[in-house]
Amino acid sequence: MNLISEPAALERAAPRLMRAEPLLRMTDISKRYGDVRALRGVDAVVYPGEVMGIVGESGSGKSTLLRMMNLEDTPDSGDYTLRLPGRENENLFDLTRYERRMLCARHIGIVYQNPHLGLLMKHSSSGNVAERLLIAGERSFEILRSKAREALDASEFPLDRMDARPIELSGGMQQRVQLAKAIALEPALLLLDEPTTGLDVSVQALVLDTLKRLQRDRRITMVLVSHDLGVIRTMADRVMVMRHGEVVEQGLADQVFQDPQHPYTQQLVHAKL
Amino acid sequence: MTTTPLLRVQGLTKTFRMYHLDSMLHAFEGVSFELHEGEFLLLRGHNGAGKSTLLRTIWRSYLPVGGHVFYRSQHGEIDLANAADVDIALLRREEIGFVTQFLNARPRVAAQDIVAEPLLLAGHSQTEALDQARHWLDQFGVRPELWRAYPSTFSGGEQQKVNLARALILPQRLLLLDEPTASLDVGARAALVRRLADLKAQGVAIIGVFHHPGDVSDLIDREINLNTRVVADHSREDEHVAV
Repeated sequence: MNLISEPAALERAAPRLMRAEPLLRMTDISKRYGDVRALRGVDAVVYPGEVMGIVGESGSGKSTLLRMMNLEDTPDSGDYTLRLPGRENENLFDLTRYERRMLCARHIGIVYQNPHLGLLMKHSSSGNVAERLLIAGERSFEILRSKAREALDASEFPLDRMDARPIELSGGMQQRVQLAKAIALEPALLLLDEPTTGLDVSVQALVLDTLKRLQRDRRITMVLVSHDLGVIRTMADRVMVMRHGEVVEQGLADQVFQDPQHPYTQQLVHAKL
Repeated sequence: MTTTPLLRVQGLTKTFRMYHLDSMLHAFEGVSFELHEGEFLLLRGHNGAGKSTLLRTIWRSYLPVGGHVFYRSQHGEIDLANAADVDIALLRREEIGFVTQFLNARPRVAAQDIVAEPLLLAGHSQTEALDQARHWLDQFGVRPELWRAYPSTFSGGEQQKVNLARALILPQRLLLLDEPTASLDVGARAALVRRLADLKAQGVAIIGVFHHPGDVSDLIDREINLNTRVVADHSREDEHVAV
């Protein structure tokens, strides 16, 4: 073995064949909470129809980054653009709180690990889904009901239970209600924050399968955060690996798992597989 | 008639750096060859010579550390060795296929749907995609009663047939084969060879690793032996390709 030369992988070029513009572009995002540097100079680019996975341990900044994508929080510095009609060059962090909320309701769906964050647990499941449509301005009861039904059906939620309250449902079913709410308005971007963490393995497989099916049928652009490499490997086209608020490696999912370049990613992959 | 090669591999080098062992593993170094449309290239070499690694490096599951893989795509020429990830993803959807002996079965997805998927993603209608999927499942010898079943429960041999039907349903321009005949019965093996011959005749360029190269001996145009450290293929110069 030759220990003297230590060739690094070739520097990757800018996209040349891909003609579509990125849907999501985050540039140089940094955020401090007191003494903690949660994010340091993070760049992220996601193309239409892609599933981008973000892996890292707790405290790596992956969920903070996802919350920024959902405009729940703003960074100390950095830009965020989504290629939405009429908003192509707008830094979304410059919007007012109200504008951010409206844009989110209309164009971004999110599923949280904890259903309490995403759902009103004591309202009906169909009502939870309809709420999203109400915010977007839909007022006809008939349309609300039929669209809620459609979204629940697409999320493979049993429709005979659509009026049950989430508090009465299993964890897997609660995630399906969250998913239905997230996709009801056919968002440009679907964010998934540890969507199957805490579910039984068999239930997790079914929820992932639903996500895969939705992705295939609707070509929804997704950003999926998980500490579970198996989940990321099943779902993601590309992967970003985060540590201490920084992106240490990114690449095609199969490459990151089969030929990890960064010592931290190697450690992660060897530990988890 | 001589044509511009579809693929020009120049000085391709792959080394794995293993941090936990503080060591380097040299897989292959300075591999060079050219491949034209409709050509079938066999990779030879003993176990560990780097045959599969070379395929995976061209496919970009592995990142090369040096050299070039110039590929003449329908969108223009690009160096696969350093192309952007999204460009590689695009080429994998449209032009370059990789066939292993392992099926990535997914829960609750029927055999015919797994096979039809590449056609659906390429914009074919549901009916046409399913028709073709059933045709190829039949060709590879998967019994009709299994077409709507979930392959996660199939035997290795049956899974491999589903895998091949899926991998070969949509003609690609470049096909990478990593021991695709490993767990196949005689009938499926014959179906595979027939399909590969068809694809080759359609102009698909193929690079393959075979445990028993005899299976495809009639298709092979050239061979590269990876046992030697530096591999350069000069045979091309005096060769003459009929297209």
